[in-house]
Amino acid sequence: MKTLSRWLLRESVIIPLISVFAGLIIGAIIMMFGGYNPFEAYQALFNKAFGNIYGIGETIRTITPLIFTGLAVAFAFRTGLFNIGAEGQFIMGSLAAAYVGIMLDLPAIIHMPLAVIVGGIVGGLWGGIAGFLKASRGVHEVITTIMLNWIALYLSNYLIRTHLLEKGQQKSETLAQSSWLSFSFLTDLFNNARIHFGFLIAILCAIVFYVILQKMKQGYELRSVGLNPHAAEYAGINVKSNIIKAMVISGMFAGLGGAVEVLGVTHNVTILPAFQGYGFDGIAVALLGGNAAFGSVVGAFLLGTLTFGATGMKLGAGVPFEIINIVIALVIYFVASRLIFKRLMNALNVNKQEEQ
Amino acid sequence: MDWLKIFVDLTHNTIVFSTALVFAAIGGMFSERSGVVNIALEGLMIIGAFTGAVVTFFVDQSLGGSPISPWIGFISAIVAGIIFSLPHAVASIRYQADQVVSGIALNFLAIGVAIYFTKVLFDGSAQTKTLKASFDKWEIPFLADQSTIGALFKAYPTSVIMILVVVISYVVLFKTPFGLRLRAVGEHPRAADTMGINVFRTRYIAVMISGALAAMGGATIVLTTTNNFTHSTISGQGFIALAALIFGKWHPTKTMFAALFFGMATALRSVLQQFGITDYIPVDFIFILPYVLTILVLAGLIGRADAPSALGRPYELGSR
Repeated sequence: MKTLSRWLLRESVIIPLISVFAGLIIGAIIMMFGGYNPFEAYQALFNKAFGNIYGIGETIRTITPLIFTGLAVAFAFRTGLFNIGAEGQFIMGSLAAAYVGIMLDLPAIIHMPLAVIVGGIVGGLWGGIAGFLKASRGVHEVITTIMLNWIALYLSNYLIRTHLLEKGQQKSETLAQSSWLSFSFLTDLFNNARIHFGFLIAILCAIVFYVILQKMKQGYELRSVGLNPHAAEYAGINVKSNIIKAMVISGMFAGLGGAVEVLGVTHNVTILPAFQGYGFDGIAVALLGGNAAFGSVVGAFLLGTLTFGATGMKLGAGVPFEIINIVIALVIYFVASRLIFKRLMNALNVNKQEEQ
Repeated sequence: MDWLKIFVDLTHNTIVFSTALVFAAIGGMFSERSGVVNIALEGLMIIGAFTGAVVTFFVDQSLGGSPISPWIGFISAIVAGIIFSLPHAVASIRYQADQVVSGIALNFLAIGVAIYFTKVLFDGSAQTKTLKASFDKWEIPFLADQSTIGALFKAYPTSVIMILVVVISYVVLFKTPFGLRLRAVGEHPRAADTMGINVFRTRYIAVMISGALAAMGGATIVLTTTNNFTHSTISGQGFIALAALIFGKWHPTKTMFAALFFGMATALRSVLQQFGITDYIPVDFIFILPYVLTILVLAGLIGRADAPSALGRPYELGSR
């Protein structure tokens, strides 16, 4: 019991917990302003996400891409880089996987892994651009990744329109079934939910994330650069090459996420009028998870559940879906402004000590 | 093909499309010059557009149609922008939050809040009703009536305000004590603090100005171009404004020209489509242009852009 309470009071656990709680409460207040019943709404959310086997399958489907983009943001962050470009890397990964899925005709045992890998590589290269610009020209990665997101969006739209388009549609042709990550026996098991084996790849990526960063010399170098680039350089670590490597690996996680989403869920790519938000949700996931592998999985679980469950609030309590975006935004805001809670907690502790 | 007509159309459309970008970019300039990164320009524009549309709609409805309702909407948008910028200011100035993260949170929050309340106010519809009242163009008599070149002598009042904002910003930033303090705080907050400048207060004011201006940008789009607010009314303009700000090297007039240039990219699209040139140059490439140029300029391939030195670093009282 004591170890549990001590674990809960650790900063990396308690701050996200309080933030989520605060976000949900403020969300409830906003719902009351709109004349809705927040208890009904949250209950409807929970029922939608876990109420039946179909809901559980769809919740896992929603969580999967968030694990990838969460890992992408977290990995870069551990090397001291802020990858806002997971969105663009995700798009490029989707596009590359779609090319492989549509253009090639291979047996499933080669086709599917190839599509996944190519998606990851292209995502990695896209992330690598920002890493290269940072390492060689000192350009801040936040700005380049933002710009690269938009470039990816329009470039992808252009390439879909010129090469992959299905006649008269705003989307590509359907990918060859040999490249799919979804199988009928699994979807049947979950009552036709669009769950697919990408979830396993996501978990695998989380393990790879952990092994690279915590168990390999390369990871030690990456973390050193993140903690103190000057000290790392003094110790003989090549800071520049590590920056590029970190962005490539980070981009690969996001690219894999994009590939998996296409191969597992949509089976085509659409001309996007705007971002889908996977990359931005990834920032929230990484923040919630304290930029760690296991934390990102937990963060994705939480965010995915909220996002998918929110679709049930419309039917269950009449609440507009967007309320959950507000809640997620508030959670990000509170985690970022963790000093608010720290000062509050310190103030409480001081009061306690004075009482004693 | 009438080249004069194309030129006139392009100029006119460039100014219409750029006005909002200039507002937001100049807003971002104030914030960033004081050392606070403002990725929330997009969200602030969303709040401005939403408030502008909603207030104009309901005021106009209660007044039974009046030319002052867009003005009331415009001013409400400014107030809303200032209020909405406060969480970002508090997080990044007082609570030393990561300014990029806080900005992203605000962007999320803006679209969530705007669409949520649009649905609450308009019976579940994700867009506001079409405004009956919006800004009318101001015209120079006689010249504006000419058929080919007339468009050059018509402009929305917001475009006139935009020029004023740029001039005032230049004067404030480079010719007043406040501007000097603002720049000092963004370059070297500790030195500024030593000289008795209130770093926190200066940064708060700067972020609030950026909120006001970015919201003006959002309201401009609603009240001159789209006439209603939907989830796609603001889709990337805030980030193009950010790009313009960097492309303009954090300088008011250069930023204005950068925003005009990026606005021209948007104007080009509609003009080119009109004349069938998009068959040769894909539209997507025109969209991409501002972003590629920004990366090139940052990489030092076209000039050099140096950000304010203390940009993105929270200031801690008594820090060394």
